[in-house]
Amino acid sequence: MSREERRLRFHRVGRMVRKEVRQLFRNPQTKRVIFVAPVVQLILLGYAVNTDVRNVATALVDHDRTPASRELVEAFTASGYFRIVLTSDRSADLGAALDDGRAIAALEIPRGYQSDLVAARSPAIQLLVDGTNSNTATVAQGYAAKIAQELGLRIATARPGSVTSPLELHARAWFNPSLESQVYNVPAVIGVIVLLMCLLLTSMAIVREREVGTLEQLLVSPLSAGELMLGKTIPVAGIAMLQMALVTTVALLWFDIPIRGSLPVLVLAAALFVLAGLSFGLYISTISSTQQEAFLTMYLFILPAIILSGFFYPIETMPPGFRELTLINPLRHFLEIVRAIFLKGAGLGDLWVQFAVLLTMAVGGLVLATRRFRRTL
Amino acid sequence: MILAFVLPLFLLVFFGYAISFDIDDIQLAVLDRDRTRESRELVEAFSASGYFSVDRWLESAGEIDDALIRRQVLGVMVIPPGYARDVAAPGRSGQVQLIFDGSDANTTTIALNYADAIAGRHGARLAGQVGAPRLPVRLETRTWYNPTLESQHMIVPGLIAVIMSIIAAMLTALTIAREWERGTMEQLAATPVGRLEVVLGKLLPYLLIGFFDVATIVVAGIVIFGTPFNGSVLLLAVLTLLFLIGALGLGMFISAAVKSQILATQVAMVATYLPAVLLSGFLFDIASMPIVLQGVTYLVPARYFITVTRGIFLKGVGIDVLWVQGGLMLAFAVVGLGLATRAFRKELEA
Repeated sequence: MSREERRLRFHRVGRMVRKEVRQLFRNPQTKRVIFVAPVVQLILLGYAVNTDVRNVATALVDHDRTPASRELVEAFTASGYFRIVLTSDRSADLGAALDDGRAIAALEIPRGYQSDLVAARSPAIQLLVDGTNSNTATVAQGYAAKIAQELGLRIATARPGSVTSPLELHARAWFNPSLESQVYNVPAVIGVIVLLMCLLLTSMAIVREREVGTLEQLLVSPLSAGELMLGKTIPVAGIAMLQMALVTTVALLWFDIPIRGSLPVLVLAAALFVLAGLSFGLYISTISSTQQEAFLTMYLFILPAIILSGFFYPIETMPPGFRELTLINPLRHFLEIVRAIFLKGAGLGDLWVQFAVLLTMAVGGLVLATRRFRRTL
Repeated sequence: MILAFVLPLFLLVFFGYAISFDIDDIQLAVLDRDRTRESRELVEAFSASGYFSVDRWLESAGEIDDALIRRQVLGVMVIPPGYARDVAAPGRSGQVQLIFDGSDANTTTIALNYADAIAGRHGARLAGQVGAPRLPVRLETRTWYNPTLESQHMIVPGLIAVIMSIIAAMLTALTIAREWERGTMEQLAATPVGRLEVVLGKLLPYLLIGFFDVATIVVAGIVIFGTPFNGSVLLLAVLTLLFLIGALGLGMFISAAVKSQILATQVAMVATYLPAVLLSGFLFDIASMPIVLQGVTYLVPARYFITVTRGIFLKGVGIDVLWVQGGLMLAFAVVGLGLATRAFRKELEA
């Protein structure tokens, strides 16, 4: 290829990019979709996707009414995990409160609790838990057991002739010592939002021209298929990267999420991920003949992509077949990278597998989409 | 067509099979610096519990960082030298360190609770006690409605509300907006049918599809996932009807207001589907959200519908408990229908 030809080619693609950008921003609605929607989504998802269990609504029946029983209740409420919403003196009210959902947990302290405690007869207290939300129930049970154990230990060590436990377990959580789900979820929301936007913009890119009938005009222009593709993808890639920066800034400032790793590595990962997302979008665009069809196909792709990404459902607990399926999901790999960079300060050396997979997907996807695109022309 | 019949099954399989919060195979690495029979017994206690599996044995403390950063394991157990001696010595305790990758707070919280329980049991056994440890306070926990705490039993009833929201949003948005785009809405208006009748006529087919989908999910949920169904089928049917009317009405209102298929689907997604998944208590506990967001959830009809489906499926409660939700859903149905009829009239007259 001569130098002149190359210059021409750059010129043509540049023109195409300019046309695309102008077309995108002509519609004021698009501007809102591109810049306001992601921030709103991030804030909404950042707060709603929350698996922390706090303030479990608890009903209480205290048959004992002694300082010891009050100390027990105090141990539950002071933890911050349980909140007494209802007190009664009839056991039947506990069941009713669980039935109509006023309470998720119910605590019943038997008569004679204090005297049994003093006599070292190990009084039993009852905890009822509503299992409809299995996750909340599991976590709440664990907290309750821990609170009872700690209280028991406090009482036991105060007794004369107490023996120390032969085993002490010191558990610590690295990277997120206070165990807040937000620091894990907000970085992941970034990936989901960027993927959504990439797919939305590109899957419409070609179909819209086809529906309006301007695709033929583009075809008779001196642009080659590859140049056309470049012209379509460059503006979207630019917008996606811009969004990535915008959303990341909001995550850092609004949610106070720490970023422990290197920013350039994050940018590189984002670029690869955006390319992979774009090529999927373009592929959808070439196989759909109407916008409606493109939208539906995109929807059918994005839904499993989110479910099988480890975004809010851990991959480790998926059944075997689904666990392997997550390997072909670009979002899964990107989320691993984003979370590791944000929380663990991981570098390229730790994440090279994920990077290699994303690179393969980006290159392979673009090649496939271009080939497919050439054929439809 | 694909949307109406394939999507519900697709969602059921993905949500029902792929999502599970039941954590029972936590990968653990062990750095055993004691290398005694006692330390091996401790590791054995963890792997025999069924909750942990010991995958790797580390040689030095330097490997801990690597194993956690690359997420090869969720936690590392460090048994210091002299563990066996400390366990045997009276008045001293063997110190064991457990370091978890805390980035996934939910999984880690559950894993921590399991580890505490196992260590407690093992400690009691070492102290020479037989059977359960006699702690001064015993906590007896019972779980109602879902005793085995299976997440599928929580997901299947909730899925009904989510799928209905999708059907309502997408179907009405796509098909009714298409009539506007093609101009066939005006033809309908020219016929001597009343507006409410047109709206009702449009709703009916979707109501049927919706009911078919609900029936499919209920049957599949019971047969495939073994979800218990303890309440009244009739009550579920009536309340589903109310929810569907409201959601479809809202979908029609949206499509009449924006009149373009693409925009209508997007608005419908944002207005109905996302809140139904995120703000309804389907997966995420409403009580743990910030106050402002909790307030917003009262505006999400799916929130009430999920309370209804879970109440009927798992708790087996009747109208005496669910009348509040039923009343609010009735209001939602009236508002949805009213909005649809009004938007329709205004658009035709304009």
